[in-house]
Amino acid sequence: MIYLKTEEEIQLIKKSSLLVGKTLAEVARHIKPGVTTLELDGIAETCIRDHGAKPGFKGYRGFPATLCVSVNENVVHGIPDNRRLQDGDIVSIDCGVLMDEYYGDSAFTFAVGNVKPEVLVLMKTTREALYKGIEQAIVGKRIGDIGNAIQQHVSPMGYGIVRELIGHGVGKHLHESPDVPNYGKKGQGVLLTEGMVIAIEPMINLGKRHIVQEKDGWTIRTLDRKPSAHYEHTIAIRKDNAEVLSSFEEIDIVLNN
Amino acid sequence: MAKQQAIEQDGVVLESLGNAMFRVELENGHVITAHISGKMRMHYIKILPGDKVKIEMSVYDLTKGRIIYRYK
Repeated sequence: MIYLKTEEEIQLIKKSSLLVGKTLAEVARHIKPGVTTLELDGIAETCIRDHGAKPGFKGYRGFPATLCVSVNENVVHGIPDNRRLQDGDIVSIDCGVLMDEYYGDSAFTFAVGNVKPEVLVLMKTTREALYKGIEQAIVGKRIGDIGNAIQQHVSPMGYGIVRELIGHGVGKHLHESPDVPNYGKKGQGVLLTEGMVIAIEPMINLGKRHIVQEKDGWTIRTLDRKPSAHYEHTIAIRKDNAEVLSSFEEIDIVLNN
Repeated sequence: MAKQQAIEQDGVVLESLGNAMFRVELENGHVITAHISGKMRMHYIKILPGDKVKIEMSVYDLTKGRIIYRYK
């Protein structure tokens, strides 16, 4: 069942989502070759708790950390450890916050040092695809329109779209109905209405779409070990333009300095 | 955090339980019960203990799965 949110609830989700953006920006300041992913996790947790909120992922189905840190061939759900970031890596950082009973969820892929041009194009395309999806997230369209827009944007480049992992509704639970796949057919799926809050998160692989789960039970990596990019926004469905609740603004400010 | 849909894994059939159900040992060591997919049943693909098979399962119930392919 899809639970439709009231305006007050959407504002609470927005507060949580903006804190995610702030946390990611804080983490972005510390991303450089040599830093371990565990250190980034600590920075994020401190930042979230300082703002009187709780990490959304810690303890979720047994996930042990605040951030999902997925380097290069890891698609998502990477557990932070003592791996040091190296020049040329790309690292997807996914963060969730629980504040006043509502979740916010957002993710960003960062380049560490000098990254190969083809990988930069992958990152750019994935980010564009996210916004293509958001364009379709308006009242009267369907879930399939979002997935189709992402697919149409990414497919010409020959990238693989991960199918086993999908976007989701956000609210009092981290994962709610409806499911938001990053592929689909126009005009199919659930009808979008005012009050829906969803997370759109294209996960795009440079190689094939196939993925495997590592033995730790969480980390998902590409089968061909080629890099994968991942961007995510939490959005509210509106009449003319979807309202993006999370924000990359602060991250972009940090990255451009 | 992305939501997970059914995920594919490989395993080896340990025993046949009848009713198109099998006990399968996955690559990660877990033993699950799996039933054969309708399409494989339609095409009458037989499965014997010792066969390597591809399993599709949901992350929300890790004790059951669906056999979707028998490797040659």
